[in-house]
Amino acid sequence: MQKAHDHKALWLVAPALLLVAFTAVIPLMTVVNYSVQDTFGNNQFFWVGAEWYREILRSDRFHAAFLRQIAFSATILAIEIPLGLAIALSMPKKGLGVSVCLVLMALPLLIPWNVVGTIWQIFARVDIGLLGHTLSGLGIDFNYTQNAGAAWVTLIIMDVWHWTSLVVLLCYAGLVAIPPAYYQAARIDGASRWAIFRYIELPKMSRVLLIAVLLRFMDSFMIYTEPFVVTGGGPGNATTFLSVDLVKMAIGQFDLGPAAAMSVIYFLIVILVSWAFYTIMTRDDFEQYRRSQ
Amino acid sequence: MARIDLENIAHSYAAEPSSEDEFALKKLNVSWKDGGAYALLGPSGCGKTTLLNIISGLLHPSQGTVLFNGADITSKSPEVRNIAQVFQFPVIYDTMTVYQNLAFPLQNRKIPKNEINTRVTRLADMLELSKYLSRKARDLSADEKQKISLGRGLIREDVAAILFDEPLTVIDPQLKWSLRSQLKRLHAEFNHTMIYVTHDQTEALTFADQVIVMSEGEIVQTASPQELFERPAHTFVGRFIGSPGMNVMPCTIDNHHLILAGHAINIGCTVTLPTGAERIEFGVRPEFVKISTDKCALPVTVEAIEDAGRYQIARLKFCDLTLAAILPDGEPQPSGNVGIMFDAENSHIYANGHLVGKRS
Repeated sequence: MQKAHDHKALWLVAPALLLVAFTAVIPLMTVVNYSVQDTFGNNQFFWVGAEWYREILRSDRFHAAFLRQIAFSATILAIEIPLGLAIALSMPKKGLGVSVCLVLMALPLLIPWNVVGTIWQIFARVDIGLLGHTLSGLGIDFNYTQNAGAAWVTLIIMDVWHWTSLVVLLCYAGLVAIPPAYYQAARIDGASRWAIFRYIELPKMSRVLLIAVLLRFMDSFMIYTEPFVVTGGGPGNATTFLSVDLVKMAIGQFDLGPAAAMSVIYFLIVILVSWAFYTIMTRDDFEQYRRSQ
Repeated sequence: MARIDLENIAHSYAAEPSSEDEFALKKLNVSWKDGGAYALLGPSGCGKTTLLNIISGLLHPSQGTVLFNGADITSKSPEVRNIAQVFQFPVIYDTMTVYQNLAFPLQNRKIPKNEINTRVTRLADMLELSKYLSRKARDLSADEKQKISLGRGLIREDVAAILFDEPLTVIDPQLKWSLRSQLKRLHAEFNHTMIYVTHDQTEALTFADQVIVMSEGEIVQTASPQELFERPAHTFVGRFIGSPGMNVMPCTIDNHHLILAGHAINIGCTVTLPTGAERIEFGVRPEFVKISTDKCALPVTVEAIEDAGRYQIARLKFCDLTLAAILPDGEPQPSGNVGIMFDAENSHIYANGHLVGKRS
């Protein structure tokens, strides 16, 4: 049968393309546009090529913020993924406990970011905060406005408190989707608890774990509101992460060109690292796909 | 290898069952001989899987004891009972190779490496899995995966029994035959006690020496496939086994004679009903309903002729009763009003569903 070859189908994707163009492509291109030009105001722009990119990539300030960001995301992932897995594994599978646990887990996720920041900003204060006051009462030097370590600990505990639930819920969904026959077969095969985790639960959860890792990486890599509210990037520049730095540059100093170049670099890093996670974690699936071809 | 006895076993999924209806399995006693091939046959929800899980130890029965070779193991776990079980859907360890899958139960039992190697190689050969041994198990097709599940049961040569829970449900029809015959071969070779749960009568009748027919948590008959066909102990067995099932029609017994819709029928013997018999039924398989021109033949109307492949089924109406007859090959198709005769030898009387003994 002869198939008609025309481009009518394009009209079907046109609405989606248009929407994406206005919400993502055009704003992004504006940023790209800024990143290759300089302006002295008065709506006059000059072409500077890759100058801003060179400046950003060579700047110590960017390197420091980038390293802080990587360290923060790595710590967050290293804590939240295993902790979320462990909590999901120990949650009840049936009965009243399920709903209680799920509601408890969902609570932190329902709180707006800036409120989370405010809660912890107060909670960890040395003078009136329950946590900060108790710690300093115990003789521990805990003051996140002066001590960089304390500021980091506060932000990390806050993020773990806020977002581990997401990992738990994803893992739990993966766990309850495992048919009971797998556990029964494992019992009959005489498998140990560790073997059940290693050979049944972990492989069956690999997909949801991938989503959890990607979401937590991207979110923590782009974290802004909470450090802005809790520490404002301080003490010094100790918690000035990429996004905090970017906002300082763009709005505080009004360096639109370098800020735009930094945005593009930032964006590429997020995409690159997410792609790396995705490729590594779905390696087996690709192999399977290739073999079935 | 073991002889398995279930004594007064009953099970309810409710914590405190208040009525008989809440029991998924009503009180029953069964013995499974060492090395026997059994089938548990019944419709979905009749308690087959419950019974199987009680034997394997995945489920603790509400009442009664499970004996392996005379020893009470009711409270023992599946790994202690040394049972193998194959489930409805293939269970494989995704990240392991086929070899690792087959070796897994042995590794867990700390069997030496070279011993594992010989057994896996040998079993893979028998199951025709040799060429896949180094492949990831999840890359295989459903029937190959089910062979792996099966293999993990067979790899332990000392198992007390191998239990199958509708293992061929997900397998293509043409492969079902080959897998089933493979199972029979393996049974002959290893002489394991095998218990096979199914709702498919063909599967049960071809696999087993003894078929246990269950209905609503009760065992209605335990017999050889032939006996199930010729002498169903219960109208349920008659209806459930056979294609189409047995014709079961309400009747009365008057002065030792059978009265069916006002017609007296000679079934060549006298019937004595047990006292208190209320619901009296007459049962005859469609195979034993013959179209006849005899003057004693019962007048029926042919309502339809169905083609069932190798034979034809006539749907008949006799007064307000309907019944089926299987037509012998090569005879002209009956139509309109014809006469029928029942084969006396294979006609049965049931009281309250249970077979009533005949005396000639």
